[in-house]
Amino acid sequence: MAIAERTAGTVSPPSVDVRPGWAGWLSTTDHKRIGIMYLVSAFVFFLIGGMEALLMRIQLGVPDNTFLTPDVYNQMFTMHGTTMIFLGLMPLNVGLGNYMVPLMIGARDMAFPRLNALSIWLFIFGGLMLYVSFFVGGAPNVGWFAYAPLTQKQFAPTAGVDYWIIGIGLTGVASIAGALNFIVTILNMRAPGMTLNRMPLFVWMQLVVAFILIFAFPVLTVATIQLLFDRHFGTRFFLPSLGGDAVLWQHLFWFFGHPEVYILILPTMGIISEVLPTFSRKPIFGYAFVAYSGVAIGFLGFLVWAHHMFAVGLGPLANAFFGAASFLIAVPTGVKIFNWLATMWQGSLNLTTSMLYAIGFISMFVIGGISGITLASPPINVQQTDSYYVVAHMHYVLFGGAIQGVFAGIFYWFPKMTGRMLNERLGKWQFWLMLISFNLTFFPMHLSGNEGMPRRIYTYEAEMGWNLWNLVSTIGSLLLAVAFLLFLWNVLTSIRRGPIAPADPWDGATLEWAVSSPPPVYNFAVTPRVRSRRPLWDEKYPHLHEVNGSHEAPARRSAGQRSDGFERETPEVMEAIHLPSPTYAPLIVSVGIMILGFGIIYLGDFGLIAASAMLVGLLVMATGILSWVRISHVDSPHQAHS
Amino acid sequence: MSESSMTRPHTATAHHTSLGVDNRKLGVWAFIGSETLFFATLITTYFVFAPVNRARPDFQDPRKFLDIELTTVLASILLASSLTMVLALSASKRGDRRNFTIWLLATVGLGLAFIGGQVYEFNHLYHEGLTLSSSLFGTTFFVLTGFHGTHVAIGVIWLLSVFFKVRTYPDSPENAMDVEIAGLYWHFVDLVWVAIFVLVYLI
Repeated sequence: MAIAERTAGTVSPPSVDVRPGWAGWLSTTDHKRIGIMYLVSAFVFFLIGGMEALLMRIQLGVPDNTFLTPDVYNQMFTMHGTTMIFLGLMPLNVGLGNYMVPLMIGARDMAFPRLNALSIWLFIFGGLMLYVSFFVGGAPNVGWFAYAPLTQKQFAPTAGVDYWIIGIGLTGVASIAGALNFIVTILNMRAPGMTLNRMPLFVWMQLVVAFILIFAFPVLTVATIQLLFDRHFGTRFFLPSLGGDAVLWQHLFWFFGHPEVYILILPTMGIISEVLPTFSRKPIFGYAFVAYSGVAIGFLGFLVWAHHMFAVGLGPLANAFFGAASFLIAVPTGVKIFNWLATMWQGSLNLTTSMLYAIGFISMFVIGGISGITLASPPINVQQTDSYYVVAHMHYVLFGGAIQGVFAGIFYWFPKMTGRMLNERLGKWQFWLMLISFNLTFFPMHLSGNEGMPRRIYTYEAEMGWNLWNLVSTIGSLLLAVAFLLFLWNVLTSIRRGPIAPADPWDGATLEWAVSSPPPVYNFAVTPRVRSRRPLWDEKYPHLHEVNGSHEAPARRSAGQRSDGFERETPEVMEAIHLPSPTYAPLIVSVGIMILGFGIIYLGDFGLIAASAMLVGLLVMATGILSWVRISHVDSPHQAHS
Repeated sequence: MSESSMTRPHTATAHHTSLGVDNRKLGVWAFIGSETLFFATLITTYFVFAPVNRARPDFQDPRKFLDIELTTVLASILLASSLTMVLALSASKRGDRRNFTIWLLATVGLGLAFIGGQVYEFNHLYHEGLTLSSSLFGTTFFVLTGFHGTHVAIGVIWLLSVFFKVRTYPDSPENAMDVEIAGLYWHFVDLVWVAIFVLVYLI
């Protein structure tokens, strides 16, 4: 079919100014490079978070263990949770989205390439700042939820909590900026004919997540700012001894924290919705239901936050409302699961590693979903809360679900991103090892939780009866580490010696498979014109329109048009390819913001030095913004053509 | 087809957008949506603590501290700045540089006057004994109005940057949009003040 030749080969590529080596990465504004930077840095943080988990599991492997001190143990579970959520899973999803969304909607880049670069740098610096805390008095040790008043200065005197606030703050700004970018890109940069109801479901879910993000994160930002003021500037928002309200922190935190769960899981549901149809060789079953149930989940996600607070005692009315709303979320989630199953039903399944991970996602996510439904019931929740049962539940949805979904996406898109295939044999070994060791690690936690083992304890006595299950969990976690090493090995060897990937290795249906692997810098030499939900399948198999039951299929085709699901625009437009120049401005602005952040942390204790650091930060920022304005003027499309 | 920017002489693909709205404008609207939640959280916090403040031994009565006359003047200043902002945008769209300069600098001046008034108010309240740590009223009031004031200050810097950018590149076709999106943010910050003025000062 030679699709790639037709998109890339018909015109001479535009001259692209890419700096060589490291400079190219530091100054890049290309969504594909930024996507890879997200994936690599997030994976490094993910491995660090995994090591923290291993240290905890080693400590808990046997009773009365003294491998970690209580304080170090507290630092470990705080950093593990914070790292996995803010620096691991979220940016892994952002990285895949950054790389794939413009390709899938037929765009040349994100709407704001320089803002995109700012997001990656702020994310990296925010993550590094969080980890600086280890070297300046100790990491935060108050849990990723940072409940008041434990976070107040008298109970958490080290700067750990301050680094947590600023680190989360920087990644939060990065996330909001990134979400704005996704919203504008997806709503405004779609290729002609790519209506909202023809968008790939991964793009749909990224759009929903972007909207959740811009409404959930500001609430966390305000809460952490108030906490910062409590710690340094004499306010008392969360200080009960002076009339402050510890429960208010919980409300604000979980108003952000619950939607955050959907920020983590929805993109991976989008990945599954791409992978399953491709490897079942069938269109997704119930496209509209899968898309709009994602919207429903995003909306309902804002109405259930207090189910994290049943133990607080908010009263029967509030508990009943939040319990019922939480049950309600099971409906759109169930709709998705049944649609995925129906997609596979009678398909000719191609059990690649990616597909295995997608099926693993569904099965493990269902287990986590069922334990989630039990937790939505206030009376049961009061029994289970803060026990290992909850730890089991959230790892089934976020690891068995989200992480397996991310792996499905990585095995699916790695050939597109690198031009090399991952080793499928090794991938399947990794999948089975991971699936077994995952269940070995986390299933026993249901049992130890039911037997009363609380979360966040650094050790337990031998007589408690939790020894066996903890030992099994620890053995499982060590095997999990082996599975991740297998993946690392697979990536490092395949990227150099893996088989060369064709443009369309999986017989995909969406636009990213229409361009070469890896895609050219400008993505599409000519803007594709889309006329169905599966532009590539329609082009490759025009006779299957009726069989596919695609009611939106190529109606109104006038004589002389090709039978493709999409076609390329007329050659006049080709010369208009215009790519943003590389620039260091976003990096400079991010460095300025980071210096400002260090200043804020120490403003309460070392006023003068910190204030001068803040001034330096602002000056660096101003320098960056000036060069940003200049480059965006030089780069403006009008300028290029005048 | 639908984009208004096509009326200007440049290539159509450069500004083609699926919704027909300029990218940056759409982005600023979404950002304003996000900022709404930011201020809603601060205002909610203020109201959560208002009755707690009343019941405490270190109760400080907002009515005794807040000076309605001064803030009415400040509110009028900020509302007037929205009008001058509209005039600046309209001048910019017409290509009328003289009026653009006048009205944009007037907006900046009114914004600075508001910040000056707020600095005066804060200073006055501090000498009356209202601080971040004096009561729950002090805690919630200063953080809420202080963050609003910070937004006004950022708005002033944004407007000045637009002013100098337009002066440096007077012929750039992006100028009107630069002014428009800065104006969107400015109106939003005004609107937040209207909410704070009504909810905190008047009620």
